[in-house]
Amino acid sequence: MTAKRIGIESSLAVAEAVRLANVDVIAAYPITPQTHIVEGLAEMVANGHLDAEYIPVESEHSAMSSCLGASAVGARAFTATASQGLILMHEVLLVAASLRLPVVMAVTNRALSGPLNIWGDHSDVMIARDAGWIQIFAENGQQAFDQTLCAFRIAEHQDVLLPVIINFDGFHVSHVIEPMHFLDQKTVDEFLPPYRHPHALDPDKPVTMGGFAMPNMYTEGRKSLDTALRESKKVILDTWKQFGDIAGRYYKPVEKYQAENADTLLVTVGSYSENAMDAVDKMQAEGKKVGLVRVRLWRPFPYKEIIEALSGATNVIVLDRAISLGGPAPVCSEIRAALYSLKDRPQVVSIVGGLGGRDISPANFEKLIATALDKIKTGDAAETIMFGVRE
Amino acid sequence: MQIDDVTSYERSIAKYLRQDRLPHIWCAGCGIGPVLNCFLRAIDSAELNPDLVSVVSGIGCSGRVAGYVKLDSFHTTHGRAIPFATGLKLANPQLKTVVFSGDGDLVAIGGNHLIHAARRNIDMTVICINNFTYGMTGGQVGPTAPLDVRTATTPYGNFEPPFNLPWLLHASGASYIARWTVLHLHQLELTIVEALRRPGFSFIEVISPCPAIYGRMNKEPEGLDSLRNYIKRSVIKHGAGPRETAIDHKGPIVVGKFLDIDQPTLQDHLIGVAAKAKKPVKK
Repeated sequence: MTAKRIGIESSLAVAEAVRLANVDVIAAYPITPQTHIVEGLAEMVANGHLDAEYIPVESEHSAMSSCLGASAVGARAFTATASQGLILMHEVLLVAASLRLPVVMAVTNRALSGPLNIWGDHSDVMIARDAGWIQIFAENGQQAFDQTLCAFRIAEHQDVLLPVIINFDGFHVSHVIEPMHFLDQKTVDEFLPPYRHPHALDPDKPVTMGGFAMPNMYTEGRKSLDTALRESKKVILDTWKQFGDIAGRYYKPVEKYQAENADTLLVTVGSYSENAMDAVDKMQAEGKKVGLVRVRLWRPFPYKEIIEALSGATNVIVLDRAISLGGPAPVCSEIRAALYSLKDRPQVVSIVGGLGGRDISPANFEKLIATALDKIKTGDAAETIMFGVRE
Repeated sequence: MQIDDVTSYERSIAKYLRQDRLPHIWCAGCGIGPVLNCFLRAIDSAELNPDLVSVVSGIGCSGRVAGYVKLDSFHTTHGRAIPFATGLKLANPQLKTVVFSGDGDLVAIGGNHLIHAARRNIDMTVICINNFTYGMTGGQVGPTAPLDVRTATTPYGNFEPPFNLPWLLHASGASYIARWTVLHLHQLELTIVEALRRPGFSFIEVISPCPAIYGRMNKEPEGLDSLRNYIKRSVIKHGAGPRETAIDHKGPIVVGKFLDIDQPTLQDHLIGVAAKAKKPVKK
């Protein structure tokens, strides 16, 4: 690793990670707040710093389709998008997973229409939850850089061969300049072997991708994809261990912060976790037994780690930065389901907040935790709380 | 209509604007404002009932028009202004349906809808602000960007040949095709009036400055630079053939009314088919 710390915008750091990964094809369509990533890559390609094809496609649907084509012939492919762009890709997202094409995509999480909003929340990726992609959250620029490099290795591992989404919050992470440590090319080359798809399209050994399955085969196809996704966790864990050994930064599917001896655990996803940490520090200094648990790996869902992290708590407060209209908030509903089989379950409160770029400051987090604990005390914790909503 | 008729006619466009939404978001020197101005004056000149005019926009700087007009308006998802407008028109044929959007929205992500609406010759006016780039996202290369221009994603020049929009629309089946620049505001206004009054699919391309994004990268950092460029490069040639209307980085920008033909609209065909349909036989 390089000892030098440099200040750089997170989006450009992700572009640098993609350059270090030596991708072959980038296909992308402009959408805020993702665009700086692919602008950075376009410049690297134009300057000859990255030997790749940059395809300025005409929509996100085409961006993902181009990446699939590139990946199918054995090229390392990358794209980035957000929000409406991600949901326009949806048809192709599912095909990427089912064709087992290890495309890597950065998603700068942003709210969905309507109302039209360009700021951050997790609505976009929560709708992509069931697409069959490995989905990982980064909380800051350094993590986004690290996870982008890890993503290629995880995706292309011969036991995985699945596409990976690296999520990080639009603007709050994507547009922030942070001090970061990069890896040098030699280290990355050792960490990331060249991409080889065992069944790539090849005129000498013709294969057909995208075949048709009758009712007698479809279920088996879906089962095999589900198994591959669930079992990818082994490779994810191994990759993060290897990465930690070279970079000194270790990642886990579920990460705890000051969670020992805490009665109440707050669960967060993404960049707002850092504000939550400040709130937890302050509350602990005041003698309150509050800790934090952050979900990094979203798909495959880390059941074991979630149970391990949360089962000892009395109260669990889950913050979702996405609303599931007419139903339970996505992260909380999965956490509730994971804890259901326990004999002594913690009380779980679901909170939806931070939508469309609305801040949750450390002081807001203190208020959020107090609100949730009040609900538990008064016995009406079953309803999802919309935090900070004007009514 | 004579040009004098238009200029001497004292009118206010204020009644067509949602003034509580102003100031608008457009940069100084942007061409979208003047085109909106022309459009609103054209509604007045064409003596349209504003209650029967609907404006549909896509995403991007031009897409904001739908939010500023005090008319029934629809700000759609990226690229889908024409399909939304098609639904409006077919459900309520008495509506005067105008699509006001940009090149990125109409020609890139929504390109398929553009050619199919022209093919159907649906009664609709499309005003396409062509500034050769995706302005709102920071100036990436788009499908109308001439070869060699610099953009945020082509720092040494664009390597993809652009669409020649009048040719594309001609081949797709449009009834009325015109192009002006933001320099030609009187002509543009008259053209919009003409397009609004005629049936069928009309397409008006407006070459428009984007000084803050595209211009900055292509030696036109002020709106006025682009206008001077239009003075130098634009050539009025009504009826120009589709092969003559390509735009390159430095050559002439051919403007004028290129096509104005009468042909049955989608509604005419639908009525024709409906007349042929047999009445159900009573048993």
